[in-house]
Amino acid sequence: MTADIGTEPTSTIRLSVNGVPHVLDVPDRKLLSDVLRQDLELTGTHVGCEHGVCGACTVQLDGDPVRSCLMFAVTAQGHEIKTVEGVGDDPENPADVQQAFIDCHGLQCGFCTPGFVTTIDAYIDENPNPTEEEAREAVSGNLCRCTGYQNIVSAVQRAAQLRAEGARL
Amino acid sequence: MKPPPLRIHRPTSIDQTLDLLSEHSVSGKVLAGGQSLVPVLNMRLAAPSDLIDITGVSGLDELTVSGPEGQQEIAVGATVTHRQVERSVDIARANPLLAEALRFVAHPAVRNRGTTVGSLAHADPNGEMPMILALTGGSVDVRSRRGIRTLSAEELNVGPLETCLESDELITRAIFPALPAGSRAGFDELARRSGDYGLAGVGMIVDVEDETVTGLRCGFISVTDIPEVLDLGEVVSGTQIDEVAGVVSRVVDAVRDFIDPGGDIHATADYRRHLAGVIASRLFRRLCRTDNARIQGAQVHTAGNDAGNGTDTGADAGSGTGKGIENDTGRRRA
Repeated sequence: MTADIGTEPTSTIRLSVNGVPHVLDVPDRKLLSDVLRQDLELTGTHVGCEHGVCGACTVQLDGDPVRSCLMFAVTAQGHEIKTVEGVGDDPENPADVQQAFIDCHGLQCGFCTPGFVTTIDAYIDENPNPTEEEAREAVSGNLCRCTGYQNIVSAVQRAAQLRAEGARL
Repeated sequence: MKPPPLRIHRPTSIDQTLDLLSEHSVSGKVLAGGQSLVPVLNMRLAAPSDLIDITGVSGLDELTVSGPEGQQEIAVGATVTHRQVERSVDIARANPLLAEALRFVAHPAVRNRGTTVGSLAHADPNGEMPMILALTGGSVDVRSRRGIRTLSAEELNVGPLETCLESDELITRAIFPALPAGSRAGFDELARRSGDYGLAGVGMIVDVEDETVTGLRCGFISVTDIPEVLDLGEVVSGTQIDEVAGVVSRVVDAVRDFIDPGGDIHATADYRRHLAGVIASRLFRRLCRTDNARIQGAQVHTAGNDAGNGTDTGADAGSGTGKGIENDTGRRRA
């Protein structure tokens, strides 16, 4: 990677990730997903298909879920990025969406889970009380090869419930 | 790093953008949402030396409905995302076709970044937006160092993934006319998976006056090379809306004659032709139902289409029974 720098266009960029500002030198062509994982060592963001289909690399850009594999890190400047680590990074104290996946047995191998968590974390703010059909629709852009989705759909509804309870506390 | 080496420019004004496009006209490319371009780069199907990122350019974020009642126009600037268009209540009221078709464009996470004008510039025959622009009689405003021009959808689209744009030109905005009063419009498509490219899709506008059909226009995705509009006014004009069952088969035949689908691993040409006819038949019957006079603003969709619906309607298409697409649109959250 280092060998590339100097032989191709690079930029010094300022990124705000999970509320933390970073200044980095990166090749212009470097995708946000790769910068998150390789430069910032935020390896919770997973890289699956790298062309926008699988949803594993989903992060939030100013609160909206986006594919980090379809975005250059250079163009993510000026936006607030939230990764799965920003949703919750403490196994002893999981975030509501993460707790919902535990409660509903919503994951098996876990590779796709970070993309689901970032997607659902944004979605339940938009729709605090999704029906099963709406929950299914909400995660239709994320692929999971283990679970068969039923428990993930349940986790969407459980997460909404936990968030509503959290808001009442 | 999957994309080939390239330099990214981040202009902040339209003038700077046009200078950069002129300077890099040989191997430069406009980057907006990147939801079509970046996959192409990641797969190394293209290797532009310079990308001109327009997302920070001021003056390209226009999203307005203007003009006198009955002649309204929707203006969509080059950096406006699909999601912004989809969520606009004013736009859904002026032209519900846009929001109805947009919910078939990939998934929300892609629509959050992808731009409507970017889809028009990409000119994918599988894309919903180029067809909607053609079907509604829209146009694009194009600028370069050499001047400004306005192109109709017919002029813009030259072939699959090919427009008449010169390499130094930028589409600054698209104009979608509002639907005229009395017209009813709908869109549907069938895909193998939720959010995937449609195997076949149909957009339709039915003009109705005094319970009588006076016009019918159709546009297609994935079954024609460029988004041509099929005018079936002569086939249906004068038919009472409660008697359209008698002309549906002529509409379906005309659609199947008009389109020119290709076959691939996902579906044969014959199957796509069959599907396009089934979708056209259902849309036409739905739009002509007497209780389906246009309820303005009723079709604002906030979520993507789900796999369940796709499978459901897919099986339905195979068996040829006409289960209601109307449910599909009717039950969504407004």
